[in-house]
Amino acid sequence: MEERKVILDIHNFSIAFEQYENGFKKTSLPTIRELDVTIHEGEMVAVVGSSGSGKSLLAHGILGIQPYNATLGGEIIYDGEILTEERKAALRGNEIVLVPQSVAFLDPLMKIGPQIRKGKKDKASKEKLDGIFKGFHLKEEVQDLYPFEMSGGMNRRVLVSTAMMGNPRLVIADEPTPGLHMDMVRRVMAHFREMADNGAGVLLITHDLEQALEVADRVVVFYAGTTVEDADVKDFEKEENLRHPYSKALWRALPQNGFQFIDGTQPYVKDLPEGCPFGPRCKECTAECKKRIAYREVRGGRVRCIHAV
Amino acid sequence: MLLEAKNISFKYGKDTRQILDNFSLSVESHERVGIIAPSGFGKTTFCKILAGYEKPDSGEILLDGKSLSSYKGYCPVQMIWQHPEQVVNPRLHMRAALEEGDKIEERIIRGLGIEDDWLNRYPTELSGGEMQRFCIARALGKRTKFILADEITTMLDLITQSQLWSFLIKEVQEREIGLLAVSHSMPLLQSVCTRLQELDK
Repeated sequence: MEERKVILDIHNFSIAFEQYENGFKKTSLPTIRELDVTIHEGEMVAVVGSSGSGKSLLAHGILGIQPYNATLGGEIIYDGEILTEERKAALRGNEIVLVPQSVAFLDPLMKIGPQIRKGKKDKASKEKLDGIFKGFHLKEEVQDLYPFEMSGGMNRRVLVSTAMMGNPRLVIADEPTPGLHMDMVRRVMAHFREMADNGAGVLLITHDLEQALEVADRVVVFYAGTTVEDADVKDFEKEENLRHPYSKALWRALPQNGFQFIDGTQPYVKDLPEGCPFGPRCKECTAECKKRIAYREVRGGRVRCIHAV
Repeated sequence: MLLEAKNISFKYGKDTRQILDNFSLSVESHERVGIIAPSGFGKTTFCKILAGYEKPDSGEILLDGKSLSSYKGYCPVQMIWQHPEQVVNPRLHMRAALEEGDKIEERIIRGLGIEDDWLNRYPTELSGGEMQRFCIARALGKRTKFILADEITTMLDLITQSQLWSFLIKEVQEREIGLLAVSHSMPLLQSVCTRLQELDK
């Protein structure tokens, strides 16, 4: 296979929130601690983590739309250069697009059609939008509606349409399909796949491992603010091919793979353990696991576990 | 016990789509029945009718041969919903959500992994998986005879999904509560249910 260009390289990324406790005491809440993701052109990478694990913040951090009290750490390299806040502002909406998680991201006072076309009235953008809407079974009249006049499912499809208007080089889809019927989920996913096949990098952020395995090329497993494993989708065919104990636990929890579970829940940001966040639930945990764990290459993937071979 | 839906027809108002048309299904206490149906079939609507939240236009819901509406007070048929955040009061602590149930036993709260600290939190301070644990506990009150589970783990990660189902299966087996499960995932229903019913229009 030819070597493809890296479009996005996120290295040792973190997001912390400043909060005030009891009014005066300032504390820092490290919601994302250590996150590493690499996306090549034409590649679809899924970041899979459970709800409340801070996945959405990753999307907002890349676009520079994080809340004001968030502090970013680490490095994001886009197209060979560091992605500064200024560059984020210039590129978002053009080269880098977001399919947001919530319909609250639409302007409630602007009709759908002009909103997606960003006010452009030329024939080409009109035709393009008509084509996209047709593919999603949205009637032409929908363009004349305001966001509040649409059903949840219509809103969802409109959000996906916004990403397809331009010719983005990087698409970030943040839980794009909840509330959609399964056949519409497949159609939306097929569109993302098509964008990747046409050369864009696609970052899919989701809680649904099964969905990710259906469409993505690689899966990055996210646990309690940390990326613990970066694996090829094929690695999920067999438990032995996986590297991190948490990924293996996910695999065994699939109904078709035994439906087994491990006890406990993901720790809160406030009471994260030292070192490996999965340590307290892990059978292989040793004293060494309480130290900072490096992300390293193992069998063609990456893992943050000292016991992985 | 036997829960029966007999010739149910339903639509949400005049001039709207007919959602259920003369539909029948029955579940016994020792059964766990899985429903697989195409999208738009009206699976959630059907659950709402079975639990008494909606009245069918025609047909009837019978519990041991008696109309469900003749059971006064606590409804023996309890539904667990897909989105827990939409079915708990956002302005009350989670403790209040549990108190809405029918004398929820400590054993159930422990079994679902609910931590004491969570009881004093508001819904927004919990993750979806944590909140769903409360919703499952709330539905498992003393007088519950049937549970309707409508895509209850769709929004959750796999490990939480497996934790919650393993508890729920054990609980309904021990107490001989009948279960009706709705999901888009065939492997999930195959693992959970004793009988599957595929439906199409």
